Amino acid sequence: MIRPDAPVLLEIRDLHARVEDKAILKGVNLTIRAGEIHAVMGRNGSGKSTLSKVLAGHPAYTVTSGSVHYRGENLLDLDPEQRARIGVFLGFQYPVEIPGVSNLEFLRVATNARRMEQGHEELDTFAFEDLVRERLKVVQMDPAFLDRSVNEGFSGGEKKRNEILQMALLEPLVAILDETDSGLDIDALRIVAGGVNQLANADNATLLITHYQRLLDAITPDYVHVMAAGRILRTGGKELALELEQRGYDWVDQELAALAAEVG
Amino acid sequence: MSASLAVPTSSKAAWLESWLTGLPAPNGELQQVQQRGRDALARVPMPSSRQEDWRFTDLGLLSSIPLAQPAAPAPLTLPAAAAGVCRLEWHGTTDPLAGQSLPAGLQALSAAEVAQGLGHTLAAVGCEQHWPVELNHAAAERVLALRVSSRSQVSLELISAAAQGLQALRLLLLLEEKAQLDLSQLVDAQGSGLHSLVVEAHLARGARLQHGLVALGRSDAALLAHVALEQEPESEAKLCSVSAGWGLSRLEPRAVQVDGEANTVVRGLQVVSGQQIADTHSFVEFKGPEGQLDQLHKAVAAGQGRSVFNGAVRVPRAAQRTNAAQLSRSLLLSDRARIDTKPELEIVADDVKCAHGATVSSLQTDELFYLQSRGIDADQAAGLLQRAFCEEVLRDLPAAARAWCPLERLLEVQA
Repeated sequence: MIRPDAPVLLEIRDLHARVEDKAILKGVNLTIRAGEIHAVMGRNGSGKSTLSKVLAGHPAYTVTSGSVHYRGENLLDLDPEQRARIGVFLGFQYPVEIPGVSNLEFLRVATNARRMEQGHEELDTFAFEDLVRERLKVVQMDPAFLDRSVNEGFSGGEKKRNEILQMALLEPLVAILDETDSGLDIDALRIVAGGVNQLANADNATLLITHYQRLLDAITPDYVHVMAAGRILRTGGKELALELEQRGYDWVDQELAALAAEVG
Repeated sequence: MSASLAVPTSSKAAWLESWLTGLPAPNGELQQVQQRGRDALARVPMPSSRQEDWRFTDLGLLSSIPLAQPAAPAPLTLPAAAAGVCRLEWHGTTDPLAGQSLPAGLQALSAAEVAQGLGHTLAAVGCEQHWPVELNHAAAERVLALRVSSRSQVSLELISAAAQGLQALRLLLLLEEKAQLDLSQLVDAQGSGLHSLVVEAHLARGARLQHGLVALGRSDAALLAHVALEQEPESEAKLCSVSAGWGLSRLEPRAVQVDGEANTVVRGLQVVSGQQIADTHSFVEFKGPEGQLDQLHKAVAAGQGRSVFNGAVRVPRAAQRTNAAQLSRSLLLSDRARIDTKPELEIVADDVKCAHGATVSSLQTDELFYLQSRGIDADQAAGLLQRAFCEEVLRDLPAAARAWCPLERLLEVQA
């Protein structure tokens, strides 16, 4: 839902970042307002996942220049956990398995960290169980998954559902979902997309990183951005994704070549 | 390098000589055993780093431990034993069975049975002449000797605490055919002491033993423990030990499957910090076909702690179709801590599966980041991962030992 007067939640300006000695992001600009759903598409290696990890504060990535403000606050000054507590959520492309850490305990600690930041009371074990059982419905998850270790032995689809369950519990204002559709069969994709749609509202925003139109058939984006060579090359509406589906990315090479010629 | 390493060999020998000289004459039910141990200690030098089996483990700390009679320990605050579980306070100098009514299926062995059985399993697993065992021989005044009757099912807790000094504990268990024993054992150091533990258990055909040893120490205390098993076919033994906080600990779980066709599970977790040393040397031998071993050893090393694991598995020609797996996983929490881990597989039989592996890692960045990205701060995330690492072994303790909440105590002594 595009509302020009909606508050800006995330403002990325000329963001450059590298991993080890390799520059990946080379000037990303993006403004996300409350209520909006953005999709970022692009070839492998174009910088999409790096953008998501930089926003969440992964220690392997170094921001070399530019800025990211979240509701006016410099996001880059904050540790990953502080970013999460104030409402920035990263849904992982490959959720990590953590044997020995109970999923239920993990979800409770995470939810309480967010609640404390919002000035709410911590939930005790019983109150949390009530909440989590209600939120399980968002992703049609079996409560038995709560008793297992975090993501351990989960199928690809179960891991992604667990990510959306975390999103449902943490109620972020900016959710960055990194290839949430990868590895999902048709039913799981429908469930995960349904969960994202249920959680989207006028006060929050979603940034979907995806390769495929099939996710955007289920979650309608307000904006589609095409990333290439570490920056956003083009922005359009949902029709841009359809165009990509038909034309592929060859035109991107031509535009990049043209840009390089201009600069040269 | 720990200060204890600086103690010269001659000083160690002087300490031992002084202790041996001061001992009362051999007496009581273990008189002959005591004499044998004392003779051995007088004859055989203390282990030193020149011996492969003791290469990384210095016994220097022992010379600073006063070996007087152990002072009475403070009572431990443990949850009450569950219904049907027999709990014995066991300190080595008094009879833990005095005034106790044992549960059905559990009996004390007669003097004749003790004379016949004592040392049999130690010899079978090849450790009767090990220095820590001879030390126990020299010092132990009593043996706790128990039989679990055929087809009986018994849950037993043994609680051993000592304030300081030398505590020598000797346990002999005979499990008859299809007997089942869950044994939860707590060794708790409350002062600068040396805790010497020798357990031997014979499992008859179809018997099942689950042994959980929780050993909580202090930086000025040492633990020397041998747990020896002799398994007849179709028996199952699960040895699970967790230890933390000892200035020096050396644990040797040893099992022999006398005719194969048995199942041995070995779990170990050792936690070191400061300048502590924890060493586990395990040994499993299959003397017949179709035996199974499932072994997991874990270590957490922080500060300047040192963890040693040596896992020997012997599969002679007679042990065809053995299926053995050994995994050592270590967590290095400090760049000054040290881990030495070594599988030692001796396989002669040709139709066997013997897998082994060893990993040493620090906390995984991706796991930490995943937790942090959900609002969990770095310290709490590290704590969760550390607990998770330990939990994989703790969950294999018998129920009674789990009820002691060893994880909290492990992390407590580590801090």
